[in-house]
Amino acid sequence: MQQANTDDLVEQRRYLMRYALLHLRDRDRAEDVVQETLAAALERGESFAGGSSVRTWLTGGILKHKIVDVFRARRREHTISELGDDEDDGRDSDALFDAAGAWQTPPASWGDPAKMLEQKRFMETLEKCNGALPERLAQVFTLREVTGLTTDEICAELGITPNNCNVMLYRARMGLRECLEKNWMTGGRPS
Amino acid sequence: MISCKEVSRLVSESLDRPLTLRERFWLRLHLWRCRSCGNFAEQMNAMRAAMRRLARSPDDPPERG
Repeated sequence: MQQANTDDLVEQRRYLMRYALLHLRDRDRAEDVVQETLAAALERGESFAGGSSVRTWLTGGILKHKIVDVFRARRREHTISELGDDEDDGRDSDALFDAAGAWQTPPASWGDPAKMLEQKRFMETLEKCNGALPERLAQVFTLREVTGLTTDEICAELGITPNNCNVMLYRARMGLRECLEKNWMTGGRPS
Repeated sequence: MISCKEVSRLVSESLDRPLTLRERFWLRLHLWRCRSCGNFAEQMNAMRAAMRRLARSPDDPPERG
């Protein structure tokens, strides 16, 4: 390995870590899959120079599969209740609406979305709220929103029904939104 | 008319699959009259954009004690 390649490797690692952390939400587990990803790339004689195009290949070609493997293993090892959240019973979302299906607390505007994305505190709160989602929901949600798998692909990878997948994505989004409302506006921390 | 609760589901599903003509019709009709659901739809789009942006940014490792 040349010296120049070490800097590239360190830089790639920082990006892969964020990607893995968003899915796995645990630094040790994220370090493991990122380590394995970089090792696999080295074995194939890949160079880490090349910035985002190499990163796309590292995440799509290797890291994504390692994350799905971890998800599957966790689903095998733990009962549904241990991973939080069971089949849709509608209770969560029911509390947000009255009997006629109208908002209990009507959503107010969050302001200019472009400005919001520039707010460090919004992005930090979003990551914390993602970390606070029940694991079963977070698995589906991050595969959809971070990796960009279709719901069909997620169903196939995790062995869940399409309807269940839609329900879980809905609940994840409602949960994330509630958490952001509670913690971003008021400056508190996700519980 | 469909309710805000049904609209919230449709807005979520619109992020994952193409809605049918009928669904789009009812959704648009509702959003035309309901500012709250309009805000909700904007928030869902913003959350998606923010998650993608987050995924593309590097991790700053915590200080090792």
